[in-house]
Amino acid sequence: MSANEPYDAIVVGSGAGGGIATWRLAQAGLRVALVEAGPWYDPADDSQRTQFRYPWESPRRGASTRLRPFGDFNACIGGWELDGEPFTTAEGTDFMWWRARMLGGRTNHWGRISLRFGPLDFRRRDIDGLGDNWPIGYEDVKPYYDKVDKLVGVFGTNEGLPNDPDGFFLPPPKPRLHELYYIRGARRAGVPVYPARKSILTKRINNDRGVCVYCRQCDRACSLHADFSSSTVLIYPAVASGRVDVYTNTMVRKVDTGPDGSATGVSCIDRGSRQELRISGRSVVLAASACSSARILLNSISATHSAGLGNSSGHVGRYLHDSTGASRAAFLPELMDRDIYNEDGVGGMHVYTPWWLEDANLDFARGYHLEIGGGMGMPSYGFGFAANQYKEFLGERVGGYGNGLRDDVRRFYGSRLSIACRGESVPQYGNYCELDPDVVDEWGIPVLRFDYRWTEQEINQARHMQDTMEELLEASGGILLGGKPGPERQYGLTQPGEIIHEVGTTRMGDDPATSVTNRFGQLHDAGNVFVADAGTFVSQADKNPTWTIMALAWRSSDYIIDQMRQRNL
Amino acid sequence: MDTKRRETLKSLLLAPLAAGAAASAGCAAGRQVNWTELPREYSYGRTEAERQRDRELFAESWFSEHELVTIAVLCDIILPSDHPNGGALDAGLPDFVEFIVKDRETLKLPVRGGIAWLDSYAIAEFGADFVNIDEAQRLAICDCIAWPDVEDPVLQPGIRFFSLMRDLTLTGYYTTGQGFRDLGYQGNVANVWDGVPAEVLARHGLQYEPEWLAKCVDQSRRDIIASWDDDMNLTS
Ligand SMILES: Cc1cc2nc3c(=O)[nH]c(=O)nc-3n(C[C@H](O)[C@H](O)[C@H](O)COP(=O)(O)OP(=O)(O)OC[C@H]3O[C@@H](n4cnc5c(N)ncnc54)[C@H](O)[C@@H]3O)c2cc1C
Ligand code: SF4
Repeated sequence: MSANEPYDAIVVGSGAGGGIATWRLAQAGLRVALVEAGPWYDPADDSQRTQFRYPWESPRRGASTRLRPFGDFNACIGGWELDGEPFTTAEGTDFMWWRARMLGGRTNHWGRISLRFGPLDFRRRDIDGLGDNWPIGYEDVKPYYDKVDKLVGVFGTNEGLPNDPDGFFLPPPKPRLHELYYIRGARRAGVPVYPARKSILTKRINNDRGVCVYCRQCDRACSLHADFSSSTVLIYPAVASGRVDVYTNTMVRKVDTGPDGSATGVSCIDRGSRQELRISGRSVVLAASACSSARILLNSISATHSAGLGNSSGHVGRYLHDSTGASRAAFLPELMDRDIYNEDGVGGMHVYTPWWLEDANLDFARGYHLEIGGGMGMPSYGFGFAANQYKEFLGERVGGYGNGLRDDVRRFYGSRLSIACRGESVPQYGNYCELDPDVVDEWGIPVLRFDYRWTEQEINQARHMQDTMEELLEASGGILLGGKPGPERQYGLTQPGEIIHEVGTTRMGDDPATSVTNRFGQLHDAGNVFVADAGTFVSQADKNPTWTIMALAWRSSDYIIDQMRQRNL
Repeated sequence: MDTKRRETLKSLLLAPLAAGAAASAGCAAGRQVNWTELPREYSYGRTEAERQRDRELFAESWFSEHELVTIAVLCDIILPSDHPNGGALDAGLPDFVEFIVKDRETLKLPVRGGIAWLDSYAIAEFGADFVNIDEAQRLAICDCIAWPDVEDPVLQPGIRFFSLMRDLTLTGYYTTGQGFRDLGYQGNVANVWDGVPAEVLARHGLQYEPEWLAKCVDQSRRDIIASWDDDMNLTS
């Protein structure tokens, strides 16, 4: 098509939200431009594949680098730092910002933990008086969770839990040995434990995608397309429809608006040629990740939108929040001298503990869930460090050299059990990102400056996490490793941003004075601009955000389709 | 690299610290250290920026020949080759250590300084640098610095360094084919996980809870396309 003919929709960003929007809008017959700052990516392409590689295929054996912070074989192009694209922080803020720059965004290497929010999660203010309720409830989102389950595939079990809803699940894999120890420990401690919920195909869902062959490497992205990545599951089929043009390596700087204040397209820069490019469209769907979408809006200044597009309320960038996190590990003597067999399983955990103290009287609001780790993983850089440190617990001498070390390595292989907690924070108006007037990136776009501090709620929650983890690890037969972090280290609470669940920067609401979008992710200030990432979250629940991003992106897409049919867009 | 033992060998002479390479030509036969040479070309899904970075690292020379020899001798003591699964030198440890130290800025100083500490200690104790004292003397030094519980303040830098070299040696070894064999690692292959083997469960006195097991995937039906009834029950 001619470059001047407007697309029906321009989708910015190809991660979880952008993938669903692109797929759904194209399926409904719309012509879509998908604009992605990173390169094309396919884990099945041998020149990009890192799955099923042995550590010695890398000269650094899978060690992390600045370019691959989660290890040499991880499927992320991008990370905590991007060359030429800095961000800044206000004094007293230690915000960490993870950015993937590739087709599929962070969904190529995410943990695939796929949790629905529950009914209580949409109306937390009613329960604890903090923050705000969502303008919508579980019943509004449920049909879309259902659709996402069926389209994408997720394993799990229907447990009838009040705030961890059932779904259309594939059957889960059986627990591994260390997970059986955890289950036993949790039963002893009176803490519930269930099969994990992950978007990994333990069973075929169509003839295009493969079925999991249990390599434990989802973080490397699956060359069989048996786990969910936006690229493999949504974008390839959308492109195959013939109705989608993908602009890779194309960085959107702003949304262009016309005299009436509505969007006419986006202005971009081609990262390879550094050429400026304008793409016109009848609607724009921002899904560049919550902070990046906020940045684009704030940079879209015009006569009508003098504070940035969608920002008449001054709320763009506000209420930024991340999950809380803390972790602990233990040595399980009963797992010494293990029989060695292939227990790779799926990437990550097979069992987890959802929040179980909803009705308890605690000194913090909201809850957290527990993610379980351990097992006989594939050695990579770091394996064998402090190889025989657990001898200390056996009254034996640590250290030494010679062939005896081989026995130590085998003896302690797979004898570690770990827990990571992920919790809900209380969104704050005072935690935000904004444009830094003093700094631009190499494309000339003002960068984000973050100002974010935890409150007592999160710090108290982290203390509770530490107590819980100690109790459960010990109940599982573990000897605790490392010290227990106290108040001086905020009880091991992770830094804001570190859990990589950025949400809330363009929150939805019925009141245009205190929210950026309406219930459908549509800007109050410009009817043909939508947000389809976690920016619209009013609060984030103690669940990982992605399944909700996708359900809401689908819901927004249906709304766009409907509004176009009615000629309102 | 899962090469046969020492397929391609790198070898360096054990030369006295003070003497130049020419002087060391007179070294007695047998006073050589040999190791399997690791490849310098890799292909594992890199971006152009990463390929460039790896090329630069391979082109950079950081260690002197003396340092590299010292690393080789130490790695060999930590994980000797008199074993059916080979040792550090068979697994090309000096090449690995050289690469990883160049790659990880934080390792550069501890390794360089550690080697210098080791030489000064060997000279003080036995009159020559570490690689030029005899085997028994080398082991005597290792016996002093291989155990972190030793409290002698003089030895602390050596203990730190030895622990670091033990870490690097074991990690470098267990991330090779030899190391995988030594460990018995079975994974990184396509397979169908169907739970902990029964005999392992028995040995640990554990069982799957029947209700839990009933919810798990029936692997004989994994290839049948999933379908559900309206009540969210899987029907296929
Ligand atoms: C290691 C890791 C583990 C995780 N585990 C889980 C988990 O288990 N469960 C869970 O629910 N969530 C998890 N997450 C979070 C999850 O990945 C994100 O919630 C999800 O990917 C967000 O989707 P998104 O569409 O908002 O943005 P992203 O996936 O970040 O995609 C945004 C895309 O937009 C592009 N972009 C950005 N700016 C521009 C611009 N100006 N112009 C054009 N394109 C642009 C980026 O290049 C990127 O490709 C994890 C994340 C990481 C990193
Ligand atoms: S564990 Fe399964 S889904 Fe994940 S990468 Fe391996 S084969 Fe693919």
